[in-house]
Amino acid sequence: MALIELKNVNKKYHSGEVIVNAARDITLEITEGSFVAFVGPSGSGKSTLLNLVGCLDMPTSGSISILGTKVDSLDRVARAKFRGDHLGFIFQNFSLIPVLTVYENIEYPLVMVKNLPKEERQEKVRSLLEKVGMLDQMNKYPNQISGGQKQRAAVARALVSNPKIVLADEPTANLDSESAMQVIKVMHRMQEELGTTFIFSTHDQKIVEEAEIIYHLKDGVIVDRIDRKLRA
Amino acid sequence: MSTILKIAVRNLTRYTRRTLLTATLISIGVIFVIVFGGLASSFKNSMINVITGSLLADIQIHKKGYVESIDNLPLNIFLSTAETTEATKIISGKPNVVASSPRIKFSAMLSNYAQTSGVRLVAIYPDKEIKTCPDLVQRIKGRKDLSSIVNPGEILVPELLFKGLSLKLGDEIVVVATNRDGAVNGVTLRVAGYSEGVMGPSGKDGYIHIEDATSLLRMETPEISEIAIKLKEFKYLSSSYKKLADTINGDTFEVHTWEQLTPFSTIVKIVDVLILMVRVILTSIVLVSIMNIMMMSVYERIGEIGMIAALGTLPKQILSIFFLEGILLGLISTVVGVIVAVVILSILTITKLEFKFGSMNIALTPGIPWSEMLITVTIVMVISAIATLQPAIKASKLEPVDALGHV
Repeated sequence: MALIELKNVNKKYHSGEVIVNAARDITLEITEGSFVAFVGPSGSGKSTLLNLVGCLDMPTSGSISILGTKVDSLDRVARAKFRGDHLGFIFQNFSLIPVLTVYENIEYPLVMVKNLPKEERQEKVRSLLEKVGMLDQMNKYPNQISGGQKQRAAVARALVSNPKIVLADEPTANLDSESAMQVIKVMHRMQEELGTTFIFSTHDQKIVEEAEIIYHLKDGVIVDRIDRKLRA
Repeated sequence: MSTILKIAVRNLTRYTRRTLLTATLISIGVIFVIVFGGLASSFKNSMINVITGSLLADIQIHKKGYVESIDNLPLNIFLSTAETTEATKIISGKPNVVASSPRIKFSAMLSNYAQTSGVRLVAIYPDKEIKTCPDLVQRIKGRKDLSSIVNPGEILVPELLFKGLSLKLGDEIVVVATNRDGAVNGVTLRVAGYSEGVMGPSGKDGYIHIEDATSLLRMETPEISEIAIKLKEFKYLSSSYKKLADTINGDTFEVHTWEQLTPFSTIVKIVDVLILMVRVILTSIVLVSIMNIMMMSVYERIGEIGMIAALGTLPKQILSIFFLEGILLGLISTVVGVIVAVVILSILTITKLEFKFGSMNIALTPGIPWSEMLITVTIVMVISAIATLQPAIKASKLEPVDALGHV
């Protein structure tokens, strides 16, 4: 059964007086535990598609079903709860909360969304910090660590609440190639260890090579789908 | 809640200079309001004490129609002995009344055989008058024995006339007055002292014993122009006045508080308006400062808001983060302002600022105006909440996709 199912999804928005078709008649299915990449040039609709799958945006038409829930019919608050319960996010610009330490940033979803007791939080956060190799940096603030470290912390935060799906919008765009590969390897390891479905957008060919399923987008349309698992 | 509080506090310290500037501005406003309010209230209370404690008392009862002709000191709108007894009986039954003093007020001519001058005389029972206006003693000069401020056969001359007529203590002077039937009568009295006017040397109020006034005005029994009343607790003036006015026969008597009998009450009202104006200024400072800083804060953190919203933070939690930030800024500024204001007021109370207002000796001892502080703290907190609400609501309503795309 598909974890994520998009049927005839369209997304239009206004840019001044121009109507932009950011996603056109998108139909796709993503199964559990996949490592999926949305690839394409700027303006191809990668981020729009990620935002739709991440319940951050609503489709103009079509339906989106995630974990059996029709998310396009949820209201704002219900979508926020759904995101908190089932989705994890990694952003391009290392979006950690600047006034919280690395530890507190990773702990944030467990306090604000899951409301778990302190002992349970501590165990989960420490375990993930260890997995992403950031245990020694946990008391530092985001402005005291490197870009690669920030993204590894962001990966840990995305995974801390055990989401089924993690969405990453150009997670390596602002990193040097070595840090980028480290982050992708961490994501890969987490996918294998935890069975989490990773969906990310990128236009970095080296990173694309790491994906199992690749969707090529152009002008809001899926022009190609490559399944490396099948090829192998 | 602790995470929301932690984020709010740390965000305040994130832009230290901006937060400090805003907090300082609010603190200065709070200090100004409390210190000004304390001094102004002290000035107001001192003034009221002088006026009610040495001149008017707290409440007065007159024959109906007297007050509208009070400038003429009419002799035909007096309370008869029976009416005075009736009023006194009602007054003595009121629990908040501590003393009352019947008075006869009339115009007269005063002559030292060489010069003559007009004078306004207040005829009193000295023991009752002292109980009703205890500070009157401080306005009596030249008299050694103040156990009874004026005895039968004596007169306390207004300071202006005492000096103008070159009088000396013990001099005999003639007081001539017309009674209500138009008959002129005179009586010789000995100068026992002189009285300072409340407003300065322009006052022309002299004091004689009520027995001498009865004789001078050819009354068979004393007829009274006013009964001055002193209250046990001045703060219950309004309720005491209302109770008295409700009980007493409105067809015969009229009751007035001191405020209705003197233009000084206007000064008191002006002081109240000034305090109000200062509070309005403080309100504006808090409103504009906090709204400005919170709007800037939301604008600068739109991307951050999008990120925490994407992570599943509910709109009400985002609202709480920003709301708490604004409230904390108001609270910290207020606490600092209150502490500094208390220190300043304590110093002022110890140093005791003294000055003359007219001939009134006003000593400003502001103390710690707890009610003023409570009002100020409440104003700042309420305005902080109002000023923060709009930016906080704006933050909570941001769509994550728009916020994340904000550059």
